[in-house]
Amino acid sequence: MALLEVNSLTAFYGDFQALYGVSMSVDAGQAVAVIGANGAGKSTLLKSIVGMIRAAPDMIRFDGEAIGGIRPPKIVARGITMVPEGRRLFASLTVEENLSIGGQLGRPGPWTLRRVLELFPMLAERRSQRSTSLSGGQQQMVAIGRALMSNPRLLLCDEISLGLAPIVVRDIFQRLPTIVAEGTAVVVVEQDVMQALAASNYLYCLQEGRVLLKGASRSLDREAIKAAYFGV
Amino acid sequence: MEFVHVIIQGVLLGGLYALFAAGLSLIFGVMRLVNIAHGDLIVVAAYFAYFTMQALGVGPFTSLIVVVPAVAALGYILQRGLLNFALGDDLPPLLVTFGLSVIIQNVLLIFFTHDNRKLYAGAIEMASWKFTPDLAIGVLPVIQFVVAVAIIGGLQLVFYRTTLGRAFRATSDDPAIAQLMGIENRHIFALAMALSLAVVAVAGVFIAVRTTFNPFYGPQLLIFGFEAVIMGGLGSLWGTLAGGVLLGLAQSLGGQINVGLPFTAGHVAFLLVLIVRPQGLFPKVTA
Repeated sequence: MALLEVNSLTAFYGDFQALYGVSMSVDAGQAVAVIGANGAGKSTLLKSIVGMIRAAPDMIRFDGEAIGGIRPPKIVARGITMVPEGRRLFASLTVEENLSIGGQLGRPGPWTLRRVLELFPMLAERRSQRSTSLSGGQQQMVAIGRALMSNPRLLLCDEISLGLAPIVVRDIFQRLPTIVAEGTAVVVVEQDVMQALAASNYLYCLQEGRVLLKGASRSLDREAIKAAYFGV
Repeated sequence: MEFVHVIIQGVLLGGLYALFAAGLSLIFGVMRLVNIAHGDLIVVAAYFAYFTMQALGVGPFTSLIVVVPAVAALGYILQRGLLNFALGDDLPPLLVTFGLSVIIQNVLLIFFTHDNRKLYAGAIEMASWKFTPDLAIGVLPVIQFVVAVAIIGGLQLVFYRTTLGRAFRATSDDPAIAQLMGIENRHIFALAMALSLAVVAVAGVFIAVRTTFNPFYGPQLLIFGFEAVIMGGLGSLWGTLAGGVLLGLAQSLGGQINVGLPFTAGHVAFLLVLIVRPQGLFPKVTA
């Protein structure tokens, strides 16, 4: 049975419909990429899964249970955590406090403050600095670490490459296999197609709120991805 | 010597104002809610203490054992049952707490009439330490000031040294993301209101021992609280203490010039601070 099942998910912002029946599934220990151009509905999909946008109960099933429409704090408690787009660190908290916030729920699992600082060693020496004093890449590491501290079974990453230098992006993506190896399934939402393909086992391509293409990342034809991405 | 006495009185009174202000500042800091009913809730705490004293036959300070948890619980319920629904925009919280203020005053009037009441603390009200033949300092104002400093120090510890304080600050920074990290905002806001009203309860008992109160005493206390917060600078608890002390000093000196002048002098000091240093003495909130 899949860890996460999204069934014909629809989503609206007022009168505007952002998703038209999106379905996807994520197995335990899998890395799934969701790609698509701006406005394709990638972020909306993630926000619906974590409960920031309302969905009917059966549209989202986690571990066999219908979780659509449940409020975000309860979703986190069940084991889905999101790294939000644009990092959104708590500005008045130190690096260590930001990380600890994620661990406040006390969900058991492999990720502790020590383990997160081992994964991102450059954060260890900056742990008592304000989170806003870090570089963009380091802030992204804090954001990922903060989410990991809640020991999620499913980690959702919303555009973690956004605004970062390619070398920094590579550095961050190199840590994903370590996270997956600990038994956490990962969904990365990306505009960077190459990075998404390399980091995932399975890939979905969204366009204007619909899944246009899906398949094992290794088997997908580049031309088909290009067509689905740009809609040509 | 008279002058020294006035200064000391002012400083000690300022501690009380700082307590009013700390409660206001705390909930504004955590949830951007300006509580217009704050003063009326202070008065509610005073009435609560008044009847607790009668029912249990205890003094005002002993009554705090009952009053503080009860008023804190009232704060929690008020936040979860009403104020949480008003949050999110600037205007609704103002309107709702303004309405609440009017309702509280009139309910108090219906049940307790317009009679002035006071909490009697007994001999301690008159007790004083005599330093020189013409300089005596009341024991009660000193206790009041020490308690105020201790409470503000305690709040500072809660904010910067505890898990709850961390959650307060995170929610204040970004409520939507705090929820994504598993923090129940509704609960955190209610805890902040409970903590604010626990402080209010202590302040309410001290003020009601000091002067008489009636159902319409709240708005005046609210003004004192606001003035102390603004003079101290938003978001800084020690600044709030400084603002309270400054207000107390101004009122005390004003009263020295003319018995009718203390409140006016306080307002004038407030306006002067606004003109000279609009961000307050020790601002922490920038931008």
